[in-house]
Amino acid sequence: MNYISIRNNETIPLSAIPELPYAAFLELNVFSLLKKGPAHCVSYFGYPDQGKIRLICCIANDDQHVIYVSSALVDGAAPLPSFSKQNLVFEKFEREIHENHGIRYTDHPWLKPVRYPYNRFDKNQAIGAYPFFKIESEELHEVGVGPIHAGIIEPGHFRFICNGEQILHLEIQLGYQHRGIEPLFLEKKKLLQRSTLAENIAGDSVVGHSLAFVNCWESLCHFQPDRELKLSRTIALELERIAVHTGDLSAICMDIGYQLGSSVYGRLRTPLINYFQKWCGNRLAKGLIRAGKSDYPLTKTLTDDLLALLEEYQKDFEEISEELFSLPSALARFEKTGVISNEQALTLGTVGTAARMSAVKRDIRSSHPHDLYGELQHQPLIKNHGDVHSRARLRKKEINQSIEYIRELVQTLHVATPAPASLEAPRPHSFSLSLVEGWRGEICHCAVTGENGELVHYKIKDPSFHNWLALALAVRNNEISDFPVCNKSFDLSYCGHDL
Amino acid sequence: MISFILIILTSLFFSGIIIRTKSRASGRKGPGLFQPVKDIIRLFKKGAVYSKTSSFIFQAAPSIYYASILMAIMVIPLGEYRGIISFEGDFVFFAYLLGVGKFFMILAALDTGSSFEGMGASREALFSMFAEPAFFILMGSFALLTGHTSFQEIFASLHFGSYISYILGVLATLVLAMITMVENSRMPFDDPKTHLELTMVHEVMILDNSGFDLGLILHATNLKFAMYGALIANLFMGSFPLYLTIPIFLGIQLLFAVTIGLLESFTARFRMNHNAQYILALSSVSLLIFLGVLLMLGQFS
Repeated sequence: MNYISIRNNETIPLSAIPELPYAAFLELNVFSLLKKGPAHCVSYFGYPDQGKIRLICCIANDDQHVIYVSSALVDGAAPLPSFSKQNLVFEKFEREIHENHGIRYTDHPWLKPVRYPYNRFDKNQAIGAYPFFKIESEELHEVGVGPIHAGIIEPGHFRFICNGEQILHLEIQLGYQHRGIEPLFLEKKKLLQRSTLAENIAGDSVVGHSLAFVNCWESLCHFQPDRELKLSRTIALELERIAVHTGDLSAICMDIGYQLGSSVYGRLRTPLINYFQKWCGNRLAKGLIRAGKSDYPLTKTLTDDLLALLEEYQKDFEEISEELFSLPSALARFEKTGVISNEQALTLGTVGTAARMSAVKRDIRSSHPHDLYGELQHQPLIKNHGDVHSRARLRKKEINQSIEYIRELVQTLHVATPAPASLEAPRPHSFSLSLVEGWRGEICHCAVTGENGELVHYKIKDPSFHNWLALALAVRNNEISDFPVCNKSFDLSYCGHDL
Repeated sequence: MISFILIILTSLFFSGIIIRTKSRASGRKGPGLFQPVKDIIRLFKKGAVYSKTSSFIFQAAPSIYYASILMAIMVIPLGEYRGIISFEGDFVFFAYLLGVGKFFMILAALDTGSSFEGMGASREALFSMFAEPAFFILMGSFALLTGHTSFQEIFASLHFGSYISYILGVLATLVLAMITMVENSRMPFDDPKTHLELTMVHEVMILDNSGFDLGLILHATNLKFAMYGALIANLFMGSFPLYLTIPIFLGIQLLFAVTIGLLESFTARFRMNHNAQYILALSSVSLLIFLGVLLMLGQFS
């Protein structure tokens, strides 16, 4: 075997990952593993090892519920043929490897900087001198938006090439939110510090990212969380999904100028995040999820409150959704706007709602279940058209599904005094991978430990990483005035991408 | 003179009513009726900031714009009472006065050299261009019907037709109301509340204006609302005595403002490329009025 199959949240010794020569490594991942049924690349990264660069590629097979891991040790100075030439799914990963480790690809189609990390290989690359795609033409004009954003969200630069009102090309340049999260994981040695870091990868996916970290860490430390712990984590993840999706629907309504929808969805989101405040003292659920324990166990009173809250929520939610999705002026803005076709979604390797809107059945909750999703027998919801309408409808349906899950899970709650369990030290020379389906899509955390179980490398992949390119393609041939609603319907993270 | 004073008065609370209606419709209390005016007064007290790359046009445009609207208001009558300026063919004068103001605003937007403002200016020019035929076919038909060419005489004699003139009045209200929305860049053509430059029409043109100039532009918008409201009110006044026309005037302005507020609360904005189609469709409603007039004049018999 020239690769090893692991399950989600499984820890394996580093020595168990077969090391291949680069040519065989390329051959295996691009031509063999990706062709084994519905499979996609969840993480592909490099880290310095013995003066060379070790590349680790993780391909998830959604049918077999396994992840194929393989590796190669390459010399940073030698030019290499790229994976992307054969399959565009690897495009962003290879750009990242190139930027961080200086590996020169001979035939990469779009070898541009990703996020200008402070520890980038080529320090001469400056964020102000990003090589934008240009068109020389008398008729076309360029519109630059950002990095200071018109709204109140994060910084990013968008460069449009337009023919009048029509967008021909959009290039998105990010990196303004870079904080160096990955190196910080190695620098900060205490578990609490690392948990806090994980919570702050993306402020809107606190539960998603901290759950991915905690699962990864517990697996490294040989800790098996009990059912109660898993239950509260699953409920938190679903609750975050409901809250953020609701906020997104509100923002989508705002961008089409539909005041009623915007204010009603906005009002509905508030009690949900206030519930997190009641549960753990923070509206974004910071501090709720900790490795090996829970500082805020779910009690009967809390779940009763939650059920009452959802009851109240669902009534108004159904009413406003009925209104929104039958309003002709709203539908005129939603339908056929910002379309990503099924082929495009597969080529780009989009994940989460950005994949499911184009009939790509990609959902970690069913393909690589973690926590209690195995019990729930989750079936991913699918839309077919890949437009703003599909993304909005999908959010609405996922909210309803999540509410049902929470109701189902709460029934099985048995409050027991948790047995005090202590975490062992993480295993040395190991590799661990954790996949979590956050509200935006699949979050992937990989950890590599060295001697004494110290972290040698920590790799984070936010769903926004691939999905930004989907946004850039979705707005092509749309009107520039439809860009905001397309952007909001994807609702991607800047800081999750920039790390 | 009386109409001039009434329109200025109405302009003080017109936006206030719209904002209050929208707040109520979305379950909020909303600011006071005079908050928009207070904001404008605050802006009047401030100095303006000018970009180094812009020329005198950018500085002069807001004042020219404001003056053009004040002057256009002087043309508008109230029932039997003439406006300050009134002569044969004054509705053409009215339309192109507004055109001059708009022309300078567009120039000023281009003067800033921002890619956003150029985009907004091109949209504004396009939409006003489409709205123009609707206005002229409408007023031309009324001129044909009444045999007069000044606002006051047209409106005064409009009342004396058959019942069909009321139907024409309703159609004319629709056309004028929609022209108001286009000219003021309101929903469903433009969303004044949006924070996104890419979707704006009017708002994006005035991004670089500040202080006193911005105050002028904002008040000019209120004046324009009241001005078109007055035109609509005139359709229904005929030659009633003053104690009837003033309540009719105020009532119609109030109704107009509430209608705009409700419209903005419960619909989504048009897609930008549908705007042009929709505005052009207004001209066909005007044509309908024209046909009605021909019918009344017996041209088909």
